[in-house]
Amino acid sequence: MSVTSIRERMSGNEAVAEAIRQVNPDVMPAFPITPSTEIPQMVSSFIAGGKIDTEFIPVESEHSAMSAAIGSEAAGARTMTATSSAGLALMWEELLLAASNRLPIVLTLVNRTLSGPININCDHSDGMGARDTGWIQIYAENNQEAYDNYIQAFPIAEDKRVHLPVMICQDGFITSHAVENILLLPDEQVKEFVGTYEPEEYLLQPGKPIAVGPYSISAYAMEAKKAQAVAMENAREVIKEVADRFAQMSGRQYGFFESYRLEDAEYVMLIMGSAAGTAKQAVDELRESGVKAGVLKLRVFRPFPEKEIAEALKNAKAVAIMDRVESYNGNCGPLGSEVTAGLFRNKVFIDTVCYTYGLAGRDFTTDNVKEIFGELQGLVCEGKQVPHNRYIGLRTREEQ
Amino acid sequence: MRTDVKKINEQTPYEDLTEGLIMFAGATAKKFNTGEWRTNTPVFDQEKCRQCLLCAPVCPDGCIPVKDDKRLDFDYDHCKGCGICYKNCPFGAIEMVEGVEPPADRRTEA
Amino acid sequence: MNNTLEIRWHGRGGQGAKTAALLLADVAFMTGKNVQGFPEYGPERMGAPITAFNRISQDPIRVHSNIYEPDFVAVVDETLLASVNVTDGLSEQGAIIINTPKSAEEVRGQLRGYQGKVITIDARGISEHTLGKNFPNTPMLAAVVAVTGVMKKDDFFKQMKDSFAHKFAKKPQVIDGNMKALEMAYMVAEKAI
Repeated sequence: MSVTSIRERMSGNEAVAEAIRQVNPDVMPAFPITPSTEIPQMVSSFIAGGKIDTEFIPVESEHSAMSAAIGSEAAGARTMTATSSAGLALMWEELLLAASNRLPIVLTLVNRTLSGPININCDHSDGMGARDTGWIQIYAENNQEAYDNYIQAFPIAEDKRVHLPVMICQDGFITSHAVENILLLPDEQVKEFVGTYEPEEYLLQPGKPIAVGPYSISAYAMEAKKAQAVAMENAREVIKEVADRFAQMSGRQYGFFESYRLEDAEYVMLIMGSAAGTAKQAVDELRESGVKAGVLKLRVFRPFPEKEIAEALKNAKAVAIMDRVESYNGNCGPLGSEVTAGLFRNKVFIDTVCYTYGLAGRDFTTDNVKEIFGELQGLVCEGKQVPHNRYIGLRTREEQ
Repeated sequence: MRTDVKKINEQTPYEDLTEGLIMFAGATAKKFNTGEWRTNTPVFDQEKCRQCLLCAPVCPDGCIPVKDDKRLDFDYDHCKGCGICYKNCPFGAIEMVEGVEPPADRRTEA
Repeated sequence: MNNTLEIRWHGRGGQGAKTAALLLADVAFMTGKNVQGFPEYGPERMGAPITAFNRISQDPIRVHSNIYEPDFVAVVDETLLASVNVTDGLSEQGAIIINTPKSAEEVRGQLRGYQGKVITIDARGISEHTLGKNFPNTPMLAAVVAVTGVMKKDDFFKQMKDSFAHKFAKKPQVIDGNMKALEMAYMVAEKAI
């Protein structure tokens, strides 16, 4: 297939709305919340303008949005919703139900911090809070990836080996409200890629009744959870297959993560979301001054690609693991915990330093990246210890 | 993909259960004799019954079959003995007796 | 970021500094550039000081942070000069463009020792003269394009004409006024460089 791209410029929210227009899902129940509000707003405009025939359900809360999404997906309709922060938190109970009922719902999450203190800006506390709800989670660096990931979400979720909901995440304001260049795909190619949704079994099928979400006694519930965990395992190969098929259409190849200048890297930053672009820029500048720096930009957080990360990092001397969330666990953020455990389990014994950055919209700059690489070098070359779970860009008495 | 509910039991390995434990089948409750959960049993006196049919719709388990505008005897395979029908009968035609089995002489031929 | 032009906008919530940044991104995009246009949200209310940013480059732009060492600064509301350090980090080789009827000499004293170029543009006056209302964004955009040289003059005017024709399809009578506002501001800024 030859690659056709349409050169455009738009914000991350516009990019996702554009993908929704192209996919034309059957149902979208949604409740507005900053910074994802523009998405349901733009979808509503598309519906009002006759561009798509999605059934928009204005609900009274996100709890209802996810409940309606579950009902609608179980009824056989391709269903999606959008939310942020407290909205995702209010969906909590239903997120787990959507996954355990094996419903391929797609949720576009515009990452915003969870209160408190109350704040509207970006960090990953909402998505990370929902990390164990059974949803596949894919994070984007920019508007292009938010768009590309969204299009890949449906074929991943709806694959028979998977049948799990997918969360497509992008950084609130930083990418959702930033206008940047983007390459769009033609409508008909996106439609063909996503295909029509034809579930084998669903509620509204005359003569073929089904019961969704039955009470399950202890003799069955544990088996159901294991089967769900296996579906998450299966998602690995499906995510790769869908990415390969997407690459054929778009020329843009995705994996579990992007390895940026990793081949010979001695010092690596492992990071997720928009800050990865900043890290790549800083790494280019560091390379010019002779520092063998690299970036591992994690794209797929669930399922967690533990083995692949360990393999990619095995020749490095030290890795900075960057969490855009405070876990309040007396240890470090989720990436810090999971990456270090993964390295240990795979017998990759390199230095690791866990950092917390960018909470509630705190800016993260190329200078911050360079400072962190400096600390990694100090650790490896001079044995200078870095405090565990060090905060970046924090005001302290000591620094003043 | 239809589920044969009789092939699933507490010994079934997780790989052979349905996805999300969804039942891809209807009316599967019929296949389980939940009547054995009963501790009290309703019995029906054909003499006193006026066939008003107030009992049938209130049964939570659908255990009072109706045919040609007339109720038949209880479906004892599924009746759990809740007594709602007994409370609802205006003519005292339903009596609750102790035990899971209705007395043999009180059974009405269907 | 050697090949990247970085611009920081200062305005007040509701005045359209964000819109101006997005407009600049739009026209730069039209002339084939890679662009970034984004706001920083502080307190969400009318009148609160806000900043917006532009990066414009031939190369793909990857950095997702605010701009601390801009090549140029545009100030949409001169009352901000008293409360906000608008020249913070501004390159001395660059310039600051301020919406004010005053002269550059008159405002320089408020710029906390900034030694680079100061360009003043009476965006309000131009807007009121050409459009009958205070829409400072259009003249400010033209001044920024003229001062930064981010694109060729002809390309800019052609793109803006197309853009206005599209935007004001239902009220074409305002297109001429808007074009006039652009031309006046561009001329003033060009002379001031």
